[in-house]
Amino acid sequence: MAMEMRLPVARKPLSESVGRDTKKHLVVPGDTITTDTGFMRGHGTYMGEEKLIASVAGSVERVNKLICVKALKTRYNGEVGDIVVGRITERRRSAEDELAMRGFLQEGDLISAEVQAVFSDGAVSLHTRSLKYGKLGQGVLVQVSPSLVKRQKTHFHDLPCGASVILGSNGFIWIYPTPEHKEEDAGGFTANLEPVALADREVISRLRNCIISLVTQRMMLYDTSILYCYEASLPHQIKDLLKPEIMEEVVMETRQRLLEQEG
Amino acid sequence: MAGLELLSDQGYRVDGRRAGELRKIQARMGVFAQADGSAYIEQGNTKALAVVYGPHEIRGSRARALPDRALVNCQYSSATFSTGERKRRPHGDRKSCEMGLQLRQTFEAAILTQLHPRSQIDIYVQVLQADGGTYAACVNAATLAVLDAGIPMQDFVCACSAGFVDNTALADLSHVEEAAGGPQLALALLPASGQIALLEMDARLHEDHLEQVLEAAARAARDVHTLLDRVVRQHVREASTLLGD
Repeated sequence: MAMEMRLPVARKPLSESVGRDTKKHLVVPGDTITTDTGFMRGHGTYMGEEKLIASVAGSVERVNKLICVKALKTRYNGEVGDIVVGRITERRRSAEDELAMRGFLQEGDLISAEVQAVFSDGAVSLHTRSLKYGKLGQGVLVQVSPSLVKRQKTHFHDLPCGASVILGSNGFIWIYPTPEHKEEDAGGFTANLEPVALADREVISRLRNCIISLVTQRMMLYDTSILYCYEASLPHQIKDLLKPEIMEEVVMETRQRLLEQEG
Repeated sequence: MAGLELLSDQGYRVDGRRAGELRKIQARMGVFAQADGSAYIEQGNTKALAVVYGPHEIRGSRARALPDRALVNCQYSSATFSTGERKRRPHGDRKSCEMGLQLRQTFEAAILTQLHPRSQIDIYVQVLQADGGTYAACVNAATLAVLDAGIPMQDFVCACSAGFVDNTALADLSHVEEAAGGPQLALALLPASGQIALLEMDARLHEDHLEQVLEAAARAARDVHTLLDRVVRQHVREASTLLGD
């Protein structure tokens, strides 16, 4: 069996060769964003001595009268209506809970759910009240930074390449084989444990490596970008996609296609 | 070392620096992909690595959770190979615990803990090579790591050590200067407002000289801030998303 080994080498970041959007207003904590008191302050800012000061390092975003600073990496802030993917770590141990839920969802299960409410200390309450949420069966989980998942109308996508993907707003991405037929009555509580075909497994592996390439180059994740990246990666072997130079090449091509499609 | 003069007649120190001059500082953010935030800094020959996890749920007893703000937990450790003689215990000894407490005090002042009630922020700092100014290097590395993690802070926290030799205040002491036994203090500053987060000294210094030494330390801390500011801006520029939405 042949093995490939590489020595660590400093790579030039891709941003140097690409023209960056320099119109963004970048700030670091302690910077004054504005002295105009008419603005409402959003995340990443605080009011000090009649000035709006940044509290994180990132780019300033302004929506009408609201100013906030979007940090590079943030912890996920739940918002009502977000779809999240997560693993059950702990259960509430009450009698009614035991009777009702034990049969369906156990500790250690991976589930998809929707955010129902957000408490003042940041905790969120989730619900799986629709048939499209619930326990997740066979598939691959990829954990990325929540700031890279684009907010869209729907986060459940059936990609034409032969697999489906759930883009959790908390940064957990679930890739799974597209179900043959939509199970209307089963709901989300029974896991499909039939063996997955090799062709489907290859598609899922390729998608996973594509998502990792996009994340390494800090591109936003949404159905179009993942699909274009998948198509750009087809000439390469799945395992080659983890090599830095091939990652860069594939992501550059994806970026090119996305720019062409927009403009 | 009887013949070693810390400050020559022409005003040069042992390593050729002037009295108020800092050592060369190099820093990088985001060195660990697994941690929420990480940073590495070199101040002369002092090398420190900081890693931040959080904010996350309180580990261990829930009773420790503060209802209105986050708990900041700092741990300081110095590698066994960091000093001239191999150290027995990397952490858990008195000096490390004290450093940990000082770091915690420093960062509780700067991090906006009210934004994350009932959670915990962990800051782990490790000194890989100690050549004087270890507290300052740790604070500077931890500031960058906290920024890398996206945790909101009031301002940067910049720290520097200062000493007093021959009626002159020296900034950013190296190990040789610290070992000589003169008075030395460590200062952690929030540069924009000029507020002091921590001031520590355990030597004897005449109060007439205190202001001079404090001023030297504050000026050096501001110089550190200029450098760290440049590092952070560069990092933000490079790492901002390739295709903005």
